[in-house]
Amino acid sequence: MRAYKPKNDVQAKPYYTDRFYVAPQVPKFDVETDEVFASDLEAIKAKFEVKDAYIQVEQMVVYINAHDIYGVLELMRDELQYTQLSEMSAIDWLAKENSFEIFYQMLSMTKRKRIRVKYFIENGQAVDSVEKLFRSADWSEREMFDMFGIEANGHPFMKRILMPYDWQGFPLLKTYPLEGDEFAAWYEVDKIYGKEARDVIGPELRDPARVDRYDSERFARLGFEVPKGTEITDDMQRTVQEYQEKDGVFLIKKLDKESSVVIDDPQR
Amino acid sequence: MAQVKNRLTPFFENITFDREDNELVLNFGPQHPSAHGQLRLMLHLQQEQIVKAHPDVGYLHRGMEKMAENMIYNEFMPTTDRMDYIASSSNNYGFALAVEKLIGLEVPRRAKVIRMLLLEINRLMSHLFWLATTALDIGAMTVFLFAFREREYLMDIIEGYCGARLTHAAIRIGGVPLDIQDSFLHQLRVFLNKLPQNIKDYEDLLDSNRIWLMRMEEVGTISTEMALSWGCTGPMLRASGVAWDIRKEEPYELYDEVEFNVPFSDKGDNFARYRVYMEEMRESAKILYQCMEMYEKCEKDGETELMAHAPKYISAPKLDIMTQNYSLMQHFVLVTQGMRPPVGEVYVATESPKGELGYYINSQGGPYPYRLKLRAPSFWHTGILTDLLPGHYIPDVVSIIGTTNIVFGEVDR
Repeated sequence: MRAYKPKNDVQAKPYYTDRFYVAPQVPKFDVETDEVFASDLEAIKAKFEVKDAYIQVEQMVVYINAHDIYGVLELMRDELQYTQLSEMSAIDWLAKENSFEIFYQMLSMTKRKRIRVKYFIENGQAVDSVEKLFRSADWSEREMFDMFGIEANGHPFMKRILMPYDWQGFPLLKTYPLEGDEFAAWYEVDKIYGKEARDVIGPELRDPARVDRYDSERFARLGFEVPKGTEITDDMQRTVQEYQEKDGVFLIKKLDKESSVVIDDPQR
Repeated sequence: MAQVKNRLTPFFENITFDREDNELVLNFGPQHPSAHGQLRLMLHLQQEQIVKAHPDVGYLHRGMEKMAENMIYNEFMPTTDRMDYIASSSNNYGFALAVEKLIGLEVPRRAKVIRMLLLEINRLMSHLFWLATTALDIGAMTVFLFAFREREYLMDIIEGYCGARLTHAAIRIGGVPLDIQDSFLHQLRVFLNKLPQNIKDYEDLLDSNRIWLMRMEEVGTISTEMALSWGCTGPMLRASGVAWDIRKEEPYELYDEVEFNVPFSDKGDNFARYRVYMEEMRESAKILYQCMEMYEKCEKDGETELMAHAPKYISAPKLDIMTQNYSLMQHFVLVTQGMRPPVGEVYVATESPKGELGYYINSQGGPYPYRLKLRAPSFWHTGILTDLLPGHYIPDVVSIIGTTNIVFGEVDR
């Protein structure tokens, strides 16, 4: 029987894991241990529901409800001096709990603090765009849509950004294989010649980097050179290399190590 | 705002426009030599003035985040080289630091000093490259040749260290693989002693150059609010009036032990960015002198450790691997299976030559990162062109792209 491979996560898996291995945790600290974060969290808690909050690797992580994101970020920007949205994207948890985790990495330059605001959304649910608050979210949200297919409500230009506009599939999903899917493999052929050309071209010629070692018309065989068009068998003779200088290279023969100078300083 | 003085009114002898408000759509790139890589700009023009700009990126997309999810941590290190390939050690460093923070490693002092030497050499290389290409875009061929000559010396030093000139992979998780070569400090000192004169040469050629000033002054002005809102970092932000340098504000490595200033300007135009880059080169040189002293002190104190000692995550030194069975076994497991950091997540920002280079890593305790997000500064420095270009003229596009210092390995990842 073949080994079972889950369809909902086709990423690389460790080939061996100790049965009794328990992964350690990156320590989480209570928010009260940091004054600045504690007061920031109080300000957020006063207006919005906070599901969880802790400090991990010197940064506060705050879990909120998905529909509060615009309000929370507005509060953080206008009142808590978190003036920059460094980064935002999603994490795919579809295989585990059919949801995405969205994170927003906020930076306060006056307090020198970073907060990560996070929430979960269901598969197929859209997020609220924060592009009106931070222009940087314009491109981040487009990238998130491009990679995960998560749309942002109220975004002015919800189009793919890195992949071509006519691409199918969302590359960063765990269900998307690393080497690409059927559509990706035939993308150029479909686009240039049409779908019906798939049979004519075939999978062998599809890949422009393909090297055929038995084809002497288009490929040379280094070390086993044969005239163009020769039928190649496996028992080929190694090409004999003949050098012009029978007694060594003229210049090197005359090199006198004793009287030569080695220059090791290029800026002399 | 757009520059208005000294500008010729366009006069078309043989072209007639049907309508007064006829809008021309100009496709700039993706193979334009001054687009600094694979940038495609859709420019909507009213005569020569841009009314709408639409940057189109993704021509160099290799899916590095996807690749990271399918690689063990050490395997991903050379891939980071291909992000900002002008200063690849800074990418290596950002990733190494993120993983070290995740597993809670402390790097030996000597390795820290070597890392700082590499990082600042990379910053100098990147800034020299920026100056060269931007000056070339504007038409100053001499500066291009001068700056490339100086960059070549730095690349020679780096080549002597790690064998590569562009994609260094010179930093490992937990330290550095090698000590610097014997000629490193001497070569660097010779270079640094000449650098002030070199920078002065560039400035003599550019600072009072009428063409340079026309193309740079009051062109591409970014206000502080705009820079913050667009997520600008690095010289782009500092030229817009925010003196924010992660090396200073959230010091990593030994940046809290060295003395340097953070140059900034409140003008926000191309010229301000040019000035910030020039001053940063001087500050880098200052840091490098101090690093060389630190290195010599390390040598005197007999601190020879180059890699952190953490048998669960980092292979033992080669001598141990060759002589001790347990070290060999652990090395075998770390190479074939990869290290397994603890469950958790981390976002680490470092000051790369272009701006804030951030690595977000979500680890689920496996040998592969569950999610890795690369926060490359150039991505937003390209995005800001949407708001920055309208109102400017076609020649300004080239100088603005030049001073944003975008690298497309980093934008598209």
